[in-house]
Amino acid sequence: MDWSLFHPFWAIGVPIALSIPLGRLMARLLDPPADRVGRGVDAVPMFLIRLFGHREPATMDWKRYATALLAFNTTLFVLSFAILWAQNLLPLNPDGKGPLTALGYKDAAGIQHDGADTAVIFNTVCSFVTNTNLQHYSGEQHLSYFSQLGGIVWLQFVTPACGLAVMLAVIRGLRGDRHLGDFYLDTARGLVLVLIPLSLVLAVSLVASGVPMTFDGAVKANTLEGAEQTIAVGPVAAEVAIKQLGTNGGGFFGPNSAHPLENPTPWSNILEVIAIILIPMASIVMFGRMIRDRAHAVVVYGVMAAPLVVGAGIAIWSELQPSPAARGLPVTSGVNMEGKEVRTGAVAGATWSAITTATSNGSVNAMHDSFQPIGGLVPMSLMMLNVDFSGIGAGFLNMLMYIITAVFLAGLMVGRTPEYLGKKIEAKEVKLAMLAILIHPLLICGGTALFAGTAWGPTTVANPGPHGFSEILYEFTSAAANNGSGFEGLADNNPYWNIATGVVLLLGRFPSLVLPIAIAGFLAQKKRVPPSTGTLRTDDLTFGAMLLGTVLLVGALSFMPAVVLGPIADHLTTVVATP
Amino acid sequence: MFRELIPSLRACAVTFLACAVIYPAAVWALAALIFPSEASGSLLIRKDRSVVGSALIAQKFESDRYFHPRPSACDYRADAASGSNLGPHNADLRKAVAERAAKLKATHEHPAPVDLVTASGSGLDPEITLKAAEYQVPRVASARGIEVERVRALVQKMTDRSGAVLGAPARVNVLRLNLALDDERTGPR
Repeated sequence: MDWSLFHPFWAIGVPIALSIPLGRLMARLLDPPADRVGRGVDAVPMFLIRLFGHREPATMDWKRYATALLAFNTTLFVLSFAILWAQNLLPLNPDGKGPLTALGYKDAAGIQHDGADTAVIFNTVCSFVTNTNLQHYSGEQHLSYFSQLGGIVWLQFVTPACGLAVMLAVIRGLRGDRHLGDFYLDTARGLVLVLIPLSLVLAVSLVASGVPMTFDGAVKANTLEGAEQTIAVGPVAAEVAIKQLGTNGGGFFGPNSAHPLENPTPWSNILEVIAIILIPMASIVMFGRMIRDRAHAVVVYGVMAAPLVVGAGIAIWSELQPSPAARGLPVTSGVNMEGKEVRTGAVAGATWSAITTATSNGSVNAMHDSFQPIGGLVPMSLMMLNVDFSGIGAGFLNMLMYIITAVFLAGLMVGRTPEYLGKKIEAKEVKLAMLAILIHPLLICGGTALFAGTAWGPTTVANPGPHGFSEILYEFTSAAANNGSGFEGLADNNPYWNIATGVVLLLGRFPSLVLPIAIAGFLAQKKRVPPSTGTLRTDDLTFGAMLLGTVLLVGALSFMPAVVLGPIADHLTTVVATP
Repeated sequence: MFRELIPSLRACAVTFLACAVIYPAAVWALAALIFPSEASGSLLIRKDRSVVGSALIAQKFESDRYFHPRPSACDYRADAASGSNLGPHNADLRKAVAERAAKLKATHEHPAPVDLVTASGSGLDPEITLKAAEYQVPRVASARGIEVERVRALVQKMTDRSGAVLGAPARVNVLRLNLALDDERTGPR
């Protein structure tokens, strides 16, 4: 019997089931009541912030919280830049990897430049500081083990912890707390109470299934036919675990979780795909516990899950179609296997593609560039919406902007002052929310137009016709959504792509973290309005439909023209008939 | 902003220690203790201590005497893995598929399995489907001068059906199968 169609039920059902207890636990651990602070396991993060120089938990207002966030991220940026820049001088480099700048690149005219591209370090640091993990280098070829752990893994832990911290602060603001908490304490709690323990368990399970964890250099093998084969290994399991759990996505090897040493068996595959979405789902459950409004959290959870489920269905259907490349050739009519691995196959590849782009993870177990056009449209659209659980913390903040917009629209329709969780939503909040929403399409459409219209784009694409345009569109979408997956045929390691996507990465991350803190700060100061019969409910199906409609409408209006030029046109192209 | 600089520097130092030193060291120690073979890359080692390869990494096989793995866009380079990234409407992909089908001597009556004419995502897929192994049985048997049935039985014995409940197909590890095939020739069985 063919069980492959059961795969999505495991991949989506298990994390939904696990998210409920984990979300409750996270609410208890990350937002303890005043009399539990520093007691029990909370003593560990309290000890850490003492090392940071905070004797007592600080009471930060929104400005101080945002400043602490930006200061910490600026420091991260500078230090990780230094680590990557100096990798050839640092230890743990058994294969003698040279400086990252020595990669070189081909310019728009096709001329090779060697050792001139510091922009790749800029891009990599932007990418990892923003919890994105867009990779214009290839891990096993270009990074030393020190860079993998000290540059990459470090940022893969602290950036989702920052996202989670901001989410906690914003929820406290919505709840009407007197202050938003202590940024450093929230970050430390996320790290030592959630991310590190879960990663440790996952990493050891992955080693059991065959993911390497060693500090020895690459292995020289003498193959059965007598050839030499160099097999890159390294501290892979530690990195794969947090890349999955922290909505990071940046793998140890170039092909990410399609590589058999990152994802060796169907069992490792299911563990990894569950790990992608577990914490983003659990964080919404945590939100419901913190505001003591389960029904509203269920509505938000449902609105986030709906596009994911529909998208996964479309992607699976699309990848089960035979590839047009084999039409009429003496090949068994099967699924689209180009760029996929036998142990996972088409269904698991398509399921993963939807889950990894609904969340802002961006790891892959199949090459999206070789998907059918409609199969490739699914991950692209989920990144354009950017609210289907999305990044840890960041996804909730994006959705909050849509909630404020939806409440505002609904208020206009029925002619009442819009309210959310008992707080009046006024012009100032709506303006900031619209700004946060509109940055996203501006970055994607603006960047794509610039590169498609100049030589920077067309000279770097790997596939002709509309598919080439899709590669450019996908790259900017992935950068703006802080996702990190790619249509990897694109020759994106040159200064134009490195600088452009680096800037997009930063603008896709920090405004959408800081603006919600500001909104939460304003809302926290407002008096709570007791609910009356005229209050717009935010915990029923009507509001769910309103919210989903707002998300889809903004998405469709912003991106439909670009999508028609790319994947839709690609889908309608007939295959070139060659013998 | 500058007042925040000192705690942020100290926070960087402490989190670096926790995430990039203590955590990987803990994973490494547990891995080396509990799963030493997997932790070093599932290497297959000859009697003379030289490494044949990794059970998880495809290697190049060209001789008719061996089963062949899936096509590789990176020529089976296990230190520079990659897929082809060709789109389904790309004429280059169609050309590559046609050439691979011709090389496998596929006909419309006897078509080639789809995984043998498409490049894997990593270029290092260690496995082929059971159908793809069965397709190669007659070639391998005739090149080795042994009965088809014996090779077919070996393929059945080497078939991995684990993870079927998760949707994974029945599949065969090419390197392990070829090693078993060489044992078959010399062994007393």
